Amino acid sequence: MSILDFIILLPLAAALAIGAGLPARRTALAAAGLNLLLGLIALARFGNHDPSSGPAFAASRTVSRNPEIAWAVGLDGMSLVLLLLTVLVTFAALWQAGTPKDNVRLFYISLLLISAGSLGAFLTTDLFFLYAFHELALIPTFLLIGIFGKGDRRAAAWKITIYLAAGSLVLLAGLLLLVLALVQDGALTFDLAALAERAAAQPIGDSSQSLIYLLLLIGFGTLVALFPLHSWAAPAYAAAPTPAVMLHAGVLKKFGLYGLLRLSPLLPAGAERWLTLLLVLLLGNILFVGLVTLTQKRLDSMLAHSSVMHMGYIFLGIAAFQADHTLGAAGAVLLMFAHGLSIALLFALAGRLEEKLGSLDMTKLGGLAKITPRFAFLFGLAAFASIGLPGFANFTGEILVFLGGFQSLEPGAPLGGLQIATILAVWGVVISAVYMLRAYRAIFLGELTESNVTASLTDLTLSQKLPAGLLVAGLLVTGIYPWFLQRFLEF
Amino acid sequence: MPAHCLEACVIVLGLILLLLEAFLPKPPRRLLALTAIAGLGAVLVALFFVDRSPESSASLGAYYVVDPPALFFKGFALLATLLVLVMSLDYASVIRSYLQTSEDEPDAGLGEFFCLPLFTCAGLMWMASARDLVAIFVSLELVTISFYVLVAYMRRNIGSLEAGVKYLILGALSTGFFVYGVAWIYGLTGQTDLLRIAEALRPAETAAVASSTALVFALGLLLSGLGFKIAAVPFQIWVPDVYQGAPTPVTAYLSVASKAAGFIVTLRVLEPFLQSPIAHQTILVLLVLAAASIVFGNLCAIPQNNIKRLLAYSSIAHAGFLLLAVASVRSNAGESGGITAGAAVSFYLAAYLLMTLLVFLVVTLVRSRTGGEDLAAFDGLGKRSPFLAFAMLVGMISLAGVPLTAGFLGKFYVFLLALEARYYTLIVIAALGAAAGFYYYFKILRSVYWERATDESPISIPLPTRWAITAIIAAIFILGVYPQPVLSIFE
Repeated sequence: MSILDFIILLPLAAALAIGAGLPARRTALAAAGLNLLLGLIALARFGNHDPSSGPAFAASRTVSRNPEIAWAVGLDGMSLVLLLLTVLVTFAALWQAGTPKDNVRLFYISLLLISAGSLGAFLTTDLFFLYAFHELALIPTFLLIGIFGKGDRRAAAWKITIYLAAGSLVLLAGLLLLVLALVQDGALTFDLAALAERAAAQPIGDSSQSLIYLLLLIGFGTLVALFPLHSWAAPAYAAAPTPAVMLHAGVLKKFGLYGLLRLSPLLPAGAERWLTLLLVLLLGNILFVGLVTLTQKRLDSMLAHSSVMHMGYIFLGIAAFQADHTLGAAGAVLLMFAHGLSIALLFALAGRLEEKLGSLDMTKLGGLAKITPRFAFLFGLAAFASIGLPGFANFTGEILVFLGGFQSLEPGAPLGGLQIATILAVWGVVISAVYMLRAYRAIFLGELTESNVTASLTDLTLSQKLPAGLLVAGLLVTGIYPWFLQRFLEF
Repeated sequence: MPAHCLEACVIVLGLILLLLEAFLPKPPRRLLALTAIAGLGAVLVALFFVDRSPESSASLGAYYVVDPPALFFKGFALLATLLVLVMSLDYASVIRSYLQTSEDEPDAGLGEFFCLPLFTCAGLMWMASARDLVAIFVSLELVTISFYVLVAYMRRNIGSLEAGVKYLILGALSTGFFVYGVAWIYGLTGQTDLLRIAEALRPAETAAVASSTALVFALGLLLSGLGFKIAAVPFQIWVPDVYQGAPTPVTAYLSVASKAAGFIVTLRVLEPFLQSPIAHQTILVLLVLAAASIVFGNLCAIPQNNIKRLLAYSSIAHAGFLLLAVASVRSNAGESGGITAGAAVSFYLAAYLLMTLLVFLVVTLVRSRTGGEDLAAFDGLGKRSPFLAFAMLVGMISLAGVPLTAGFLGKFYVFLLALEARYYTLIVIAALGAAAGFYYYFKILRSVYWERATDESPISIPLPTRWAITAIIAAIFILGVYPQPVLSIFE
């Protein structure tokens, strides 16, 4: 068994143990802490690995001979970055998670299952399990939002479940067609490396590529909230309990992007065929959803929309990658990492605020920096990271994505669709600066309003700062020294 | 020990228990049921040690064939019966209330309820081995006739009586169709052994033997008879009322055993037709039945509020998926080494057995503790019994087809086969059906986890049921991740 098997199975085992009667919070935290440690060990040992010899820590166990499906794990640069993201956010989310009034066990089991599902999807090298693990995380999301959520939680949970289930079915159709198109001597395989080999040796016909890519784009796009399939995301995130939204928006949603990055090299003609569509849709994310974000009055709803908006940049990196600009892929992966940490941090802080104040209506808040300076400082850092200020990982990711858009443009050549989209996308940064800074001003600056001065409002304690500190550290380290992760991202 | 001893053992066990129940002055009926369970368990163990060579039963000819699929379905029948008996123990209190009992002997009349399933089981086991139309007919009747009694068992309950009458009339009618079909086949080919029929129907010889119109007519008759057993549209009219009215363990048995029996026979009987000149028509008929069943079952399940009725419609939908796999039988024979239709159907049935019985175990317990079978009876189950709620969760996600459960793999193989066979219209219909399935299965989970119960007292679970539920849950996940053991049987 590889270390990666342990990383996937640990949260599952912890969930089982909690179900069998172990104390919920302590078991979950122990598992998340251990996983964080294992993730760092994997990072440390990954440096010795020779990338030309295939994925690191690979292990495989056949579960079905034909079609060939294997419980196979392996780590390359991209999955390493997402592994780090997952273990960091999982630990922070579980630490942040309070104790709900009842159903405590179910609460922690669900959180652990989301984490296990994401880890499995990122670490497996088998297409079947890639799909399966992600789908598994759908159920805990349904339970977490429906039982422990706030506001219009049932409608939101219902919507996210139906949306994602439908998206997954489209995705499944695309994946099965892909596997069937790459049949060789009657043998079907779900092994990603073997599929890539077959696709390189004998490319799929253009018309099937086009169909398969479109199905994958719709399927993955639904899971990532690509415009116009994004309407499930904002209500679900606004309604979800804090740790659930940290895990979902921060980690699980990256699955669709990860899948598209992994599979689009198999479908070059399809990717080219639909590039313009992808560019238009991702501009919809950045500009349209960005403008919608500007109008939000509640902090949680604003963060939810901003998370949908930022997916546009990552899609832009993928689009650049599909046009053979490798910087775009590195930028997309770094941006996934950065966005995951920063959105988790923002939601964590918003959750803390709501716990204390009982409201996130920005028009009724104000002046909180006077009572809670440390909290305001942390929130400021997170907001700056989210805007993409230099020094934070988000900046590195975005700049790489933008550079990727222009990577191979000859001087003097006319601008292509990709370049125009990139130029338009840069304006999105202004939009995020406006809503983030406005939110900061509304909540932390100005006069204290009567309604929010309550006795319970105190600054963060050390224990509350720990998860936030962890996430900020990840953002700063990667922002100041991006090579620390970027060196693994060769495409 | 030759394999046919197993059937003999089950029959003898049933007879002994019946005699004990009739002649002991005060028969300990619970003990009879436990003996039956233990006996079936012993036969199930013995199944792994029987003589597997085809010669062991050679003297019985086509009436009794021993091959791996036959042994698999014998195990299937034994396991289903065993679990149904466990369920019947929980349900005894409900049955008792609908029997006319004297004051001094409250359990009178219960004994036969525990013994009759043994005869059904023997019929199922024999059917798995039958390759002669006469043997198939006799074993099918052994199954059906014991069901006539079981369905109408609660004789003071008007619903049960109505179910009994409906099942009897339509069952007898379908039997008539089946026998008439057999007669036509005999008239056309002069054979009842399916192997010889296949020989007689080979394209070169058919012209001499029969007109294809007569063959199509015979096929139609056979399929009408079998369509009743597997609950395919348009032979499904009996299903909702009988499922709702019959005692819950019988409903479970009916939905698993009757459907499995129908599909074993369908697979065997259709084999000759699929190599005959009318193969094309056969597949067309199957596809139409599949599409109709998927659409009708899924659409009608959506508005249901009675859980047994909902499961009845869902069982029609599952029959549609299974028929789709059966219809894919010819296209993949030989040319691709992928999974065969027989293996896909068998795997689907195994998964269906596990998840259906799991759900019915929970339904039985809830019915006997709360007295209700409407969705409202499941409100707040998550709080009243986290264990039962989890069992319901696993059953529902497996029925809906969430990955890493056996139910998903069942559907997965069906989709794979249908894609290979290029039945694109059917695939779109099936995908829409699966999406609708998500809706109504999750509707049940909604009341289990989201709603509050009016009565929040915990539900106690008897030990055998707890074991059975735990084992089934484990099996669902193990098969969902590691299907090869079952698939190997059919390679």
